[in-house]
Amino acid sequence: MLLIMIEMKNVYKEYSHGVMAVDGLTVNIDAGEFVYIVGASGAGKSSFIKMMYREELATKGEVLIEGKNVTDMKLKDVPFLRRDIGVIFQDFKLLPRLTAFENVAFALEVIEENPKKINKRVLEVLEMVGLKQKARFLPNQLSGGEQQRVAIARAIVNNPKIVIADEPTGNLDPETSWEIMRIFEEINTRGTTIVMATHSQEIVNKLRKRVIAMENGQIVRDEHRGEYGYEA
Amino acid sequence: MKLSTMRRHVREGTKNIVRNSWMTVASVGAVTTTLVLVGIFLALMFNLNQLAENIENEAQMKVYVERTAEDQDIQALEKQINEISDISEMEFSSKEDELEGLISDMGESGDQWELFEQFNPLNDAFNIKTYEPEQLAGVANQIEQMDNVEEVNYMKDVVDRLIAFNDIARWIGIIFIGALLLTAIFLISNTIKMTIIARQTEIGIMKLVGAKNSFIRWPFFVEGALMGVLGSIIPIAVVAGGYYYLYNQFADEIPIPFFELLPANPFIWQISGILLGIGVVIGIWGSVMSVRKFLRV
Ligand SMILES: Nc1ncnc2c1ncn2[C@@H]1O[C@H](COP(=O)(O)OP(=O)(O)O)[C@@H](O)[C@H]1O
Ligand SMILES: [Mg+2]
Repeated sequence: MLLIMIEMKNVYKEYSHGVMAVDGLTVNIDAGEFVYIVGASGAGKSSFIKMMYREELATKGEVLIEGKNVTDMKLKDVPFLRRDIGVIFQDFKLLPRLTAFENVAFALEVIEENPKKINKRVLEVLEMVGLKQKARFLPNQLSGGEQQRVAIARAIVNNPKIVIADEPTGNLDPETSWEIMRIFEEINTRGTTIVMATHSQEIVNKLRKRVIAMENGQIVRDEHRGEYGYEA
Repeated sequence: MKLSTMRRHVREGTKNIVRNSWMTVASVGAVTTTLVLVGIFLALMFNLNQLAENIENEAQMKVYVERTAEDQDIQALEKQINEISDISEMEFSSKEDELEGLISDMGESGDQWELFEQFNPLNDAFNIKTYEPEQLAGVANQIEQMDNVEEVNYMKDVVDRLIAFNDIARWIGIIFIGALLLTAIFLISNTIKMTIIARQTEIGIMKLVGAKNSFIRWPFFVEGALMGVLGSIIPIAVVAGGYYYLYNQFADEIPIPFFELLPANPFIWQISGILLGIGVVIGIWGSVMSVRKFLRV
């Protein structure tokens, strides 16, 4: 049986000054799916994604994660929503003064995970992203691709059900990008739902997944095993 | 809260203080200055309060009865005085009682007065207390009009002046302390605002990975409270030490009527506790203000 992981019902996002970033969007994403969100800059991809982990609130409509309405959720429940969602950005967002290990451990410490479990779990994920050897390195001693792998390790260290990535390869060269994509593939194989906004035509066309194309805050195309599109 | 979590909050709060060192020094300095002045004012005010209480409890008037008055005149006078509603206590003191009191007040040198027991030169008197010291003047005026009253004595000037002074001092103290406390709170909240801004990225990541709001806030409360504690150390030393010294040097030599210094023990412990408490409260208050305003979680 397929479980709906992310459900959006007629969702609008209007910023101040009347910018309608998401304009009446309805979509379902099932548990275990791997979805690309594509579209030109300003199409509304980031706004769409941010409503899933309640970084932004929908102006109208319903956003449901695992059947729970995120929009009218109590403020004190928001942290628990976010523990089910790992988020990865184009600019990594690592803490510069912490080592790779500490950056990943940080995510467990601040949710008050049992300190005895943290060590083991952090080493596990660092191994999975291939950085166990560089656990003691500071971010500025790591390449862009390695920094992004630390960020991925941090996003998945708490075993989230969903991983959201907003242009995760935007700052990386093609070869490094493919290393990152292999890690996403592996995470997805283990059952985690992945939503990834991207500008990379090459990735979308070679690693075929569901493609949701956006324009002006609306979905203009939604295809399984789709292509990037024609506009490039 | 788990012990490991509590340790972490204290560690992070302490780190904030060290990291922000010169802002912290400024805030702690402000708290120190404030609390020294607050401590001095409080010491004054507590003692003035004690003074007011003493006046209230002890201030009384003495009505001297004409020596020519007969027993029935005295009874009539007593009845008349009794009708004044502001009077709380009234007690007749015969000239023999008065003399006895005088002799015992004099101590050793009182012996020579015993001669007067043959021919007592004193007057019969009424000792009268009013409900409030402010009522003494009015009551005295009324009694002075009555027959067979030779003199009414209540240390008019002293009582009136002490009452007025006490009121003014109390108000100036309250306003001054209030202003100083607000300044210190403002400085602390400003320091914590700087910490919050400096840790913006970190706070963002904490929110992103699902840290609870209270978890994010706690280190800032710790930081505020620590600044308050640090800021109260010098004031406690200065005020408690200073009071102890003054008390031991001068407690017996103060020439103001009704006035006596509160005993150093327990007063210095009480005022130390109060200063520490005020420090912690303004520290936490300052951090709450900043956290509310700048830590949108
Ligand atoms: N915080 C914001 N305030 C106002 N307008 C915003 C904000 N964030 C995004 N927008 C606007 O919303 C539209 C969609 O932006 P975004 O969701 O970031 O698109 P994308 O990620 O596809 O580039 C753009 O016009 C952008 O300028
Ligand atoms: Mg974007």
